Amino acid sequence: MNTQLLLIQVFNGLVNGAFYALLSLGLAVIFGMLRIVNFAHGALYMLGAFTAFALGQALGLGFWPSLVIAPVLVGLLGAVLERTLLSRLYGLEPSYNLLLTFGLTLLTQDLVKQVMLSRFAVSSAPYSPPEVLSGVVNLGFVVFPKYRLFVIALSLVICVLTWFVIEKTRVGAIIRASTENPGVTRAFGIDVGKWVTGVFAVGVGLAGLAGVLAAPIYSVEPYMGAELIITTFAVVVIGGLGSILGSVVTGFAVGVLAAVGAALYPPVANTLVFVLMFVVLLVRPSGLFGLPEGAR
Amino acid sequence: MNKTTCALLTLALSLPTAAHAQTLSGGSIRVGVLTDLSGVYSELSGQGSVKAAQLAAEDFMKANKAYAGKISVSGVDHQNKADVAGNKAAEMIDRQGVDMLVDLPTSSAALSAAAVAKGKKIPVMVVTGGTTALTNESCNKYTFHYAYDNYMLANGTGTAVTKRGGSSWYIIYPNYAFGQDLNRQMTAAVQENGGKLAAPSDATPFPNTDFSSYLLKAQSLKPKIFGTMQAGNDLVNVVKQYNEFGLKKQGVGLGIGLLFETDVAALGQDAFAGAIATVPWFWNFDARSRQWAAKFEKAFGKKPTWAQAGVYSATLTYLNAVARAKTDDGDAVVKALEGATFDDMFARHATIRAQDHRVLLDVHTVQVKAKADAKETGDLFTRLSTIPAAKAFMPLSESKCRM
Repeated sequence: MNTQLLLIQVFNGLVNGAFYALLSLGLAVIFGMLRIVNFAHGALYMLGAFTAFALGQALGLGFWPSLVIAPVLVGLLGAVLERTLLSRLYGLEPSYNLLLTFGLTLLTQDLVKQVMLSRFAVSSAPYSPPEVLSGVVNLGFVVFPKYRLFVIALSLVICVLTWFVIEKTRVGAIIRASTENPGVTRAFGIDVGKWVTGVFAVGVGLAGLAGVLAAPIYSVEPYMGAELIITTFAVVVIGGLGSILGSVVTGFAVGVLAAVGAALYPPVANTLVFVLMFVVLLVRPSGLFGLPEGAR
Repeated sequence: MNKTTCALLTLALSLPTAAHAQTLSGGSIRVGVLTDLSGVYSELSGQGSVKAAQLAAEDFMKANKAYAGKISVSGVDHQNKADVAGNKAAEMIDRQGVDMLVDLPTSSAALSAAAVAKGKKIPVMVVTGGTTALTNESCNKYTFHYAYDNYMLANGTGTAVTKRGGSSWYIIYPNYAFGQDLNRQMTAAVQENGGKLAAPSDATPFPNTDFSSYLLKAQSLKPKIFGTMQAGNDLVNVVKQYNEFGLKKQGVGLGIGLLFETDVAALGQDAFAGAIATVPWFWNFDARSRQWAAKFEKAFGKKPTWAQAGVYSATLTYLNAVARAKTDDGDAVVKALEGATFDDMFARHATIRAQDHRVLLDVHTVQVKAKADAKETGDLFTRLSTIPAAKAFMPLSESKCRM
């Protein structure tokens, strides 16, 4: 393959990388702060896409309002889930929250499928990008859909913003303190429980946002998150569990790797990420950007 | 001879006929629809296929009074998994006493169920599974392949598209039995008609949502036709992204291996407009197909897909064979089916080839209409040509079937 084609694929890989980054960012925030392995993340991503579709069908809302409303709704649902279900499992073995969130995934998928079939008479629905972003733009080296460029840009902004809030602001400091040592933080008069719920809601909201962004590219269907979530978990592990920078950088890197792989030798495209995970874990068991357990 | 004697005599003569009309196992014919009731193919087959088989049973009982009340239809979910399909087939035959199996979407599931049914001497009518293995290396005495197969799709679409100026192709296919087979057949059909491949075909992961890498490759290769052998939801994603990358405007046409009405509905007619495919049937083909489709829609609430229409036809063909054999014994029904010729609302000029059990019927190459050209709801296809039954399917000389 010539250099130009390779460059094109590197560029193209950033789009999928954007989704991996947004999703693993949410997972990393939730795991880093709350020690919850949220297996329902893929289903919540799908719920974001489905909410955007349903808002469009029921209320005639277009892409832009949905881009704000759907993640908020998914975030609120996340808060409810955390308060009513997940919070009961704190202090128990992690396998409990894994089972719970996996069950929630199955439940959500089937529920959405039922609603789509009975209410909209389809099991896979189309969703169009907004008018200004439809069509392609000639970048000189490649003709590329405008909407995909927007996805790369927006997710970069969100990633930087999240990183900034957590690392550089007072809010971030409280969140970090609440998870590092909840007892001491409570002693400062901070309601740790509320912060935990808030962080979970935001993390899940990020998945919802990724879902809305994905709707115009992939068709909206109940199982759209199932495949993606596996790769996303690999991304989180490679980047270092809980590391925000790690998940964003690895997210984009894995997207690029898969795109280049798909162009060079398609059958291995989906396997490459696991090969990478294997190699990284051999060399750095705590992931690329993860700190060793003792150093936290 | 007075009137009473005459009537009595007639009655006496007719009685044994009625009693001998059927020797049915368990006193009735049980039709088993083994299908996908929950997954990706549930819309194009699923409950609609069960309904279609029920309609066939009702119509048959109306026409053959001797069988009234003696046919039952049950639908079972095989989840598109080969192991589940095999287990469910065995369960249906052993526990429910099912006398035949019909539908069978997903090639691997169809092959698995067919192998089980063979051991139990139960006829199987595969309608929705596509692999040509069913009538080749994996053929058996009890399996019949109805409606379509990969050879027919490739032969129809590859020929039609290439002859209409699609001189160079770039093909992608899902990397499993169905996709690999369809890619082989399609490539051969393109080359036989003077077309060439702009680059070797690419095998894509299955299932897969993102096809951008291949679409960008197509952008640089500039073939006349971007051929996609994906099916169901994967096909919907490919076509969606084909439009997103603006390939049509860049002069790259779309060639589709396997197309169901539900795929077009999922994405909207305009996304598919202009694409050419081969189908065994469509609801507004003629008055007969329309009439049946209306009846189905009334019973089911939706227009039938060609897979569902095929299930109706296959079930009816089976029941007619039972009537001819006067028994539902597997071997006798198979004998009655072999070599049979018929013509119904779905299968035109149909013959059941005795040597490999391929059901030959007329098929159509169609082009998807733009929404603006549709004359009524669900008016999806313009018929380009009809391929006669004798030419549509793999010739016997190429078949690897040893029964």
